[in-house]
Amino acid sequence: MEIIQLYTLLLIGVLSIGGFAYNRNVARASVRALRQSGPAETRWHSHPNYHGYLTGWSVALVGFGLFIIFNLVFPNQVALQTVSILLGTSLAGLLVFKKIAPAFPARIYTERFIKTTLLALSGLAILTTFGIVFSLIFESLRFFADVPLFDFLTGLKWSPQTAVRSDQIGSSGAFGAVPVLLGTFIIMAIAIGVAGPVGLMIAIYLSEYASRRMRAIVKPIIEILAGIPTVVFGFFALLTVGPAIRNLTDALGIAVPTQSALSAGVVMGVMIIPLISSLSDDVINAVPRSLRDGAYALGATKSETMKQVIFPSALPGIMAAFLLAISRAIGETMIVVMAAGRAANLTGNPFESVTTVTVQIVALLTGGPEFDSTKTLAAFALGLVLFAITLILNIIALRTVRKYREVSLA
Amino acid sequence: MTDKIKFKCRNVRVQYGDLEALHGIDIDIADRGVTAFIGPSGCGKSTFLRAFNRMNETIGGAKFSGQILMDGEDIYDPSLDPVLLRARVGMVFQKPNPFPKSIYDNVAYGPRIHGLTETQAELDSLVEKSLRRAGLWEEVKDRLTEQGTDLSGGQQQRLVIARAIAISPEVILMDEPASALDPIATARLEALIEELKTRYCIIIVTHSMAQAARVSDKTAFFYEGDLIEYDDTEKIFTNPDNQRTQDYITGRTG
Ligand SMILES: Nc1ncnc2c1ncn2[C@@H]1O[C@H](COP(=O)(O)OP(=O)(O)OP(=O)(O)O)[C@@H](O)[C@H]1O
Ligand SMILES: [Mg+2]
Repeated sequence: MEIIQLYTLLLIGVLSIGGFAYNRNVARASVRALRQSGPAETRWHSHPNYHGYLTGWSVALVGFGLFIIFNLVFPNQVALQTVSILLGTSLAGLLVFKKIAPAFPARIYTERFIKTTLLALSGLAILTTFGIVFSLIFESLRFFADVPLFDFLTGLKWSPQTAVRSDQIGSSGAFGAVPVLLGTFIIMAIAIGVAGPVGLMIAIYLSEYASRRMRAIVKPIIEILAGIPTVVFGFFALLTVGPAIRNLTDALGIAVPTQSALSAGVVMGVMIIPLISSLSDDVINAVPRSLRDGAYALGATKSETMKQVIFPSALPGIMAAFLLAISRAIGETMIVVMAAGRAANLTGNPFESVTTVTVQIVALLTGGPEFDSTKTLAAFALGLVLFAITLILNIIALRTVRKYREVSLA
Repeated sequence: MTDKIKFKCRNVRVQYGDLEALHGIDIDIADRGVTAFIGPSGCGKSTFLRAFNRMNETIGGAKFSGQILMDGEDIYDPSLDPVLLRARVGMVFQKPNPFPKSIYDNVAYGPRIHGLTETQAELDSLVEKSLRRAGLWEEVKDRLTEQGTDLSGGQQQRLVIARAIAISPEVILMDEPASALDPIATARLEALIEELKTRYCIIIVTHSMAQAARVSDKTAFFYEGDLIEYDDTEKIFTNPDNQRTQDYITGRTG
């Protein structure tokens, strides 16, 4: 793109705002003029502002439309592009200007413009999502042409450099995803094991026991945890938690590497604590006060009320919070890269180093990959699996939340 | 009606932050029968009602001063556990608030937490007795495992009354219990109150003059945090001493 085109874009913006202001003022002036001289009580269909908005929208639409069309159809015709944009936008502004009159339904056109724009933008977001998903699926299919889906999902050996079976043609390594999925699962389980109880306790404390002042202080502090970059958590895991676990287990006489599923899982758990505590706190707060009152008025203690009345009503929402936290944990990369190692061990032992889907994707795609090799395509297949898992979790979570809303409204 | 006094209130004040909602109330509530609290919106009826089972303490920022004696015993004595007090003073709220549990579990909730029954059979019969007394048994006896929240509004209100009387309280506080009910359900509720009053001390807040006149033995009229007049219901509604009371019950203020 040439520099003049940037200015053209800027110009379109200025013209559209200018057109808005000018035509609005014209409309205002004619409202005033009519009120003084015209027939008694002329009713304007649309407020002067709408004549202005309509001008702004039309100018912008024509300008950006011409800009894109020229770029696609006549690239390199920059001068022609600029001139025609100037002409087109002026014409659009003039057209609306000519229309300014009491009966002109500028408001209705403006509403239509806004509606269409919003629709187009949300369509764009949806299209992008679909595009990503389709390219994932497409590339994965190419991978599954080399490595059968069944082998991929059930193979016990993950080693992208060697063959799965000696008779296999066209593949350069072993692509059995089970060790990778297992590693993902172990780390996720440890993370939830840490974050679940702690986050829930925090939520209960915040919503039922903390004074208003305490809550106002504690909640933001916990939410700061959510703002720490994951890479910081990563080196925290690598440099602090990993060695600490090793020292502790050394004392017990077990040999544990610095990089282990445990340290990655624990740190990841700390990372998702605020997610669980914040969401659960909101859910618990949404339990109607009348239910608490009902329990207290029967002589229930605070903890009885919590356990027997509030918690059961909040349970679906709390479950949704857990599911969202889990899908966050599954998609997390940085901590695991740094703290869990890269060895694709087929193990259930949290003290060993493991690898996860996200880490393997990074490993497969970084370091000058050729984009056609099976190795690279494997990354797409892993990505697809990851996407499928988080999608399912999110759908379940959203459904439970919706059901929960219905219950609490009833 | 006996002349025995259940509650002796002296100089009861309740503050919410800087706002004083009750400016020193003195009143004696009889042990059996129904006492009605009436008065314009915001005059402090609910606040005063919640003082009898210390429910104000569950609201952050509410402060109580003064004295309420229940059978001669100070209910605000620091050594008295509000949990035990609330087991003796039950409450029914304006909007029925059954727990999202089965009908059975709703009624059994109080007996369970207070350990009132030994065996399942005892609990069963207590649940049945409470539902019968609340006039709901016939309608729900075949669907005890259904959600309490699935009942109609009037049934829910009787369910929470059953829930309240299942722990055999001495007092039942009711805050506008009929305001969400249709005339038929209201009539049932009033009949129920009529029946319960021989056994319990009942205090009811209501915005319906007709309801106060129908169900109560004594009526207290509140205005802007003060007790204006307290007397036999008959007297209040036919020949009140105070002009404000007169204006309120005839609908000239409100
Ligand atoms: N939780 C609260 N926090 C702060 N102020 C409160 C609270 N509850 C009540 N108040 C105030 O105390 C005063 C008395 O309120 P209360 O609810 O006791 O009135 P009421 O007589 O029951 O009214 P209504 O007939 O509308 O139910 C009002 O001024 C109200 O604004
Ligand atoms: Mg009230």
